[in-house]
Amino acid sequence: MLWVVAIVFVATLACIAVGVIRGSRRGSSGAPPPSQRVLTRSVAVAVALTVATLFGLLVASVSTGRTIASLHAASAVTITVTGHQWWWEIQYEDSTPSRRVLTANELHIPVNRPVVLKVTSRDVIHSFWVPNLQGKRDLIPGYTTAIWLQADRTGVFRGQCAEFCGLQHAHMALDVVAETDRDFEGWLDAMRQPGRDPPPNAIGHGREVFMHTRCASCHAIRGTDAAGQIAPDLTHIASRSTLGAGTLPNTPENLSAWIRDPQRLKPGNQMPPNALTDDDLQALVTYLETLR
Amino acid sequence: MIERRDRPIGEDLQQLEQTWADPQGLAGWFTHVDHKSIGRRYLVTAFAFFVMGGVLAALMRLQLSRPDNTILGPDLYNQIFTTHGTTMMFLFAVPVMQGLGIYFVPLMVGARGIAFPRLVAFSYWMLLFGGIFLYVSFLAGAGPDVGWFSYPPLAESLYTPSRRADVWAQLITFTEVASLAVAVSLITTALKLRAPGMTLNRIPIFVWAQVVTSFMVLFAMPAVMLASTSLILDRLVGTHFFDVEHAGDALLWQHLFWFFGHPEVYIIFIPGTGLVSTIVTAFSQRRMFGYLAAVLSLVSTAFMGFGLWVHHMFATGLPQLGESFFTAASIIIAIPTGTQIFCWIATLWSGRLMVKTPMLWILGFFAIFIAGGLTGVMLAAVPLNTQVHDTFFVVAHFHYVLIGGAVFPLFAAFYYWYPKITGRLLSERLGVWVFGLLFVGFNLTFFPMHILGLHGMPRRVYTYPAAMGWGALNLLASVGAIFMACAVAIFIIDSIRALAANRVAAPNPWNAGTLEWATSSPPPHSNFLHLPTVSGREPLWENPPEQPVVVGLRTDARDVLVTHVLDAEPDHRLLFPAPSIWPFLTAIAATVLFIWSIFTPWGVIYGAVPVFVTMVGWFWPKSAQEGGTRLWPLQRSLPRPNEAPAAGGAI
Amino acid sequence: MSGARTLDVSALPPGAFGSRTLTFWGTLGIVVIEGTVFALAIGAYFYLVSRFPAWPPHGVAAPDLRWGTLNTIVLLASLVPNELARRAGEQVNLGKVRIWMVVCLVFALAFNAVRAFEFAHLNVMWDRDAYGSIVWLMLGLHTTHIITDFLDSTVLTVLMFTGPVEEHRFVDVEENAVYWYFVVLAWLPIYGVIYWAPRLL
Repeated sequence: MLWVVAIVFVATLACIAVGVIRGSRRGSSGAPPPSQRVLTRSVAVAVALTVATLFGLLVASVSTGRTIASLHAASAVTITVTGHQWWWEIQYEDSTPSRRVLTANELHIPVNRPVVLKVTSRDVIHSFWVPNLQGKRDLIPGYTTAIWLQADRTGVFRGQCAEFCGLQHAHMALDVVAETDRDFEGWLDAMRQPGRDPPPNAIGHGREVFMHTRCASCHAIRGTDAAGQIAPDLTHIASRSTLGAGTLPNTPENLSAWIRDPQRLKPGNQMPPNALTDDDLQALVTYLETLR
Repeated sequence: MIERRDRPIGEDLQQLEQTWADPQGLAGWFTHVDHKSIGRRYLVTAFAFFVMGGVLAALMRLQLSRPDNTILGPDLYNQIFTTHGTTMMFLFAVPVMQGLGIYFVPLMVGARGIAFPRLVAFSYWMLLFGGIFLYVSFLAGAGPDVGWFSYPPLAESLYTPSRRADVWAQLITFTEVASLAVAVSLITTALKLRAPGMTLNRIPIFVWAQVVTSFMVLFAMPAVMLASTSLILDRLVGTHFFDVEHAGDALLWQHLFWFFGHPEVYIIFIPGTGLVSTIVTAFSQRRMFGYLAAVLSLVSTAFMGFGLWVHHMFATGLPQLGESFFTAASIIIAIPTGTQIFCWIATLWSGRLMVKTPMLWILGFFAIFIAGGLTGVMLAAVPLNTQVHDTFFVVAHFHYVLIGGAVFPLFAAFYYWYPKITGRLLSERLGVWVFGLLFVGFNLTFFPMHILGLHGMPRRVYTYPAAMGWGALNLLASVGAIFMACAVAIFIIDSIRALAANRVAAPNPWNAGTLEWATSSPPPHSNFLHLPTVSGREPLWENPPEQPVVVGLRTDARDVLVTHVLDAEPDHRLLFPAPSIWPFLTAIAATVLFIWSIFTPWGVIYGAVPVFVTMVGWFWPKSAQEGGTRLWPLQRSLPRPNEAPAAGGAI
Repeated sequence: MSGARTLDVSALPPGAFGSRTLTFWGTLGIVVIEGTVFALAIGAYFYLVSRFPAWPPHGVAAPDLRWGTLNTIVLLASLVPNELARRAGEQVNLGKVRIWMVVCLVFALAFNAVRAFEFAHLNVMWDRDAYGSIVWLMLGLHTTHIITDFLDSTVLTVLMFTGPVEEHRFVDVEENAVYWYFVVLAWLPIYGVIYWAPRLL
C-alpha cells in the first residue's frame, strides 16, 4: 500500500509541477492553450486511473482483513483481559476453577499457537494493543469482544493502552511474553500456586506489615487472607518484569520507592502513598520479593 | 415591470452610503449588522483562537520534545491537548471559513447584504462568548481534559466529577448555535439574493462550496448537539444515556459524535476547496476547467461524507461486513476529491499563470493535502487502521489534510483578499518567507509523526519512556514548531504593518473575474454603488460593456433586491433591518442561560426568561412601517407564489 | 456612468408571500435542523432497543396510551385554526387573523397542559435507565418546540392586536403557521416511537 500511495503522490505532484511550468511559460509567452478536448480526455484518464487504483486498494484491504480474521483454533488458550484505570487485569480461563490464573500487567502465551483474548473494561474505555502481534482492540465497559493473536517467535513484546483513559493513560503498558509450550505450562503451574509461606523472620514480619496496613484492602495474595479485588493481584508480583503497568523496571529499589509514594512516579493513579518506617518498608519489600 | 433600457443613473449615491453605514463609535459597534463588519470580526476572532490553539500546541511539543519530560504534568497536559483540539475544531476552523463566507458570499453574488443580518451578528457574539467561557475556565483550572471528542464513560460524572466536561459540552452548544445560524443565512443569501443573470451555472465555485458546506452543517451539527446535551443530562440530572452501570451505552456516544465528527472535517475542507478553485482560476486567468464536474464533486463529497463515520470506530470490534462497507465508502470518497484536483491541474496547465504569494500557498496545499489524502486512503483499510489508529500516524494524517486542505488555502485567501478587505497590500517578499517557514516547519513537525505512529507511539500521552527510541523524531517535530511559530508571527506583523503603509490597493489588483472585485477596495458600505447584473460565470472577464446595472432601489432605506432561486430573475424588494443592539443582548441572555444550566437544571427555566425578553425586543417593530409596506387597513398588494408581477415563480 | 444600460426594479413589490420570501427559506432551515435532531433521537432510541433483550427493559410498562393519543388528536385538531390563520394572513384580513390566532393559542394551552399529563404517565423516570432517559429526551425535545411555538405565536398575536400592523406582518403570520405545521407533523413519528414501539416490538 505504501508503494502505491508513494507512486500516486509523486505522479500527481509531477503533473502539477509540469502544469505550473507550462502555465507560467504561457503567461509570459502568450502561446495558445491545449484544446478543451485534450484537457477533457486527460482529466478523464486521470479519473479512470484513480478509480482503478482505489478499487484495487479496496480489494486488497478487504481480503487482508479476512485473512487476519480467519485465525482460529478449536482449543485455544483463552485469556480474559480487563482494563482498569491504569492497569491490566489478566485471567487465564479453565474449565476447572482451581486451575484458573489471575495476574496483572504481564501476559504469557505459547508461541506458534492461536490465542484468543476476551476483552472488556471495568471502568472507562481502554485499548489493548501489542503492535508486534496484532492490531488494537478497544476495551469497552458493557461489551466483551474476542480478538485472536498468535506469536510466531519467542520473545517479550511490549504493549500499551491506546485509548485515552485519563490521567495516567501514558503509563499503562504491558508485556506479552511468548515462550515455548513447556515454558508456558511451567509458568502457568507456578502461577497456580498460592503465595509461599515465608519462614518466621524478617520476611514474616514483612507479611504482617502487608496484612495489617491497608495493602490488603485493595490487593490480593492467594494463600493468605489478603483478598482485595480492586488493584492488581500480587500473588506472583516478583515474577513480573515491570511495576505500575510498565512504568518502572521491577527492582527492589523501585518497589520500595513505589510503595512509599506511587504518586510521585505515576501521579493520579489510584494507589495512595504509605508512611512506613524504614524497617517496616524493607521487611515488606523483602517479603514481596519472595512472591515469584 | 422590469424595464431594460438606457437611462441616466441619477440616484443619490451619498444618501445610499449614509443609509448603509453602520454607526461609528464604541457604543455603535455593538449594534453592527453590516456583513463586512461581522465578517471581519469573525476572521480576526477565529485567527486569535488559531494563535491560542497554536500556543497550546507549542506547549505540547515542548513537553514531548524529550522522553520522561517533566515540564507539564499529566493533568495540565490533558487539559492542554483537549483545549487545543477543541479550539482548533470549534473556535477556529469552522468559524474562519464561515467568516470568509459572511464577508464574501454577498459580494460574490452581487448583493448589498447577507440574509438575516441580525442573526449573523448574534452568531458572532455566541462564538466570542463561548470561546471566552472556554478559556476563562481553562485559566481557572477547570479546563476540559477528556479530549476534544469527550468519550464517556471517562466524561461521565463518576470519572470526571469536576465541571470540566460540562464546560466542554456547553462550549459545543455555543459554537453549534453560531454555526447553524450562519449556515441558514448563507444558504438563503446564495439562493435568494443573487444578482440578476446569475443563474445556477454562473454561481462562483466558492459560493457553491459555502452552500454545500452550510447544508452539511444543518445535518451534522444536530448530532453533536444531541450528544453533548445528553452528556450534560447524564452529568446534571442523572439520565443514563452513556453510563454502563445503568445499562447506558458507551458506543451510542461514538456513533452520535462521529456522525457529526466525520462531516465536520469536510465542513472544514470543502470551503478550502472553494478557495483553491477561486485562486487557481484567478491566477490562471481563465475559467475553471470542469465547472460542472467540480460542483458535482462538492455535492457528492458532502453526501458521501455522511456515510463514513464508523471508520473512526474500527478498533471497537464491529462485525466485519459492516466494517467493509465503511472501508469502501472511505476509499470511494477520494474519487470526487481526485476529480477536483485534476480539474485544477487542467486549469493551471492551460492558463496564463502568475505565481504570486496566493498561488504559492495553493502549491503548498497540493503537496501537503494530497499526502494527507493518501494516508487517509491507507487508514480506510481496517488491517492497517487497527495498527495505527490512536497513534501519531493519525495525528500526522489529519494535520496533513486539515492544515494542507484548509489552513494553506486560508493563508492563500488572506493574501488574495487582504487588499479587498483593507484596501492595502501585504508584502510579497514577506509572504514568501511566511510560506516557506510554514511549509518547512509543518513538514518537519508532522512528517516524522507518520514514522512515530508506525513505530508504536500512541496519542494523547503526556510522556513516553526513553527506551522506546522515540526521542529523536519527537525532538525534530518540536523544532518544526518553532518554524511555524515564526511564520505566524511574521504574518501577524505584516498584516498590522500593511494597514499603516502606503501601498494602497486598486479595486482589482489580481485582475480576477468575480464580482467582489467589481467594487472598490475596501467596498463601500452599500457593497456596490451600482448593483451589477451578470451574463457569464466570470463577470469581470465576460460581461459585455453594455451589461446593465440595477436601478430603482430605495436609497433612503436598506432596500435589497430578492431574486428567484433558479434563474436569479428579479422577484421583489425587501427592506433589511437597521443596526440593532438586540442580537448582542440576546447573546448575553443566552450565555447566562447556557452557563447557569451546567450548575443546575433550573438555570434553563430561569435563564429562559431574559432570553425571551431579548427576543421580543429583537422582533418587535421599532417603527410603524419598518418593513416598508403599507399600514393596515389595506388591500393585499404583495404577490403570492406563482403570481405576477415580476417574473412570477414559486421560489 | 450616465447613459449606461439599466435594469429598473423600482416597480417591484416591497415583499412577497410564501416560498418566495427569505423568511420561508429561514424557516425551512430551522425545519431541517430540528427535523434532523428528531430523526437522530429516534435513531438513538432504536439503537438502544438493539442493546436490550426486552423492551421496555427491566419489566417497565409502556407509557399510557390515553394521554399521548389525546394529545395527538388535540395537536392535529390545532392544524385547523392554524390553516385558517395562515389563509387569513395571505388574505391580509386582520379581523380573521386575530380570531384564528387566538383560537390557535387556546389549542396551544390545551396541548401544553395535556403534555404535562403525558410526562406524568410515562411509567418510567428519566433516571431509571437508558430507556427512561431516551423517552424523556424525545418527549422533552418536542415539548421545547410546543412551548416555544406557543410563546412566539403569543407575541405575534399580541402584536396583531396592539399594532403597528403593516402588510409584512401578515407574511410573518403565514410563516409562523408553516412552523406550526412542522411542530405538529414532527410529533407523529415521535408519538409512534414513544407510545407504540414498546407495544409492537
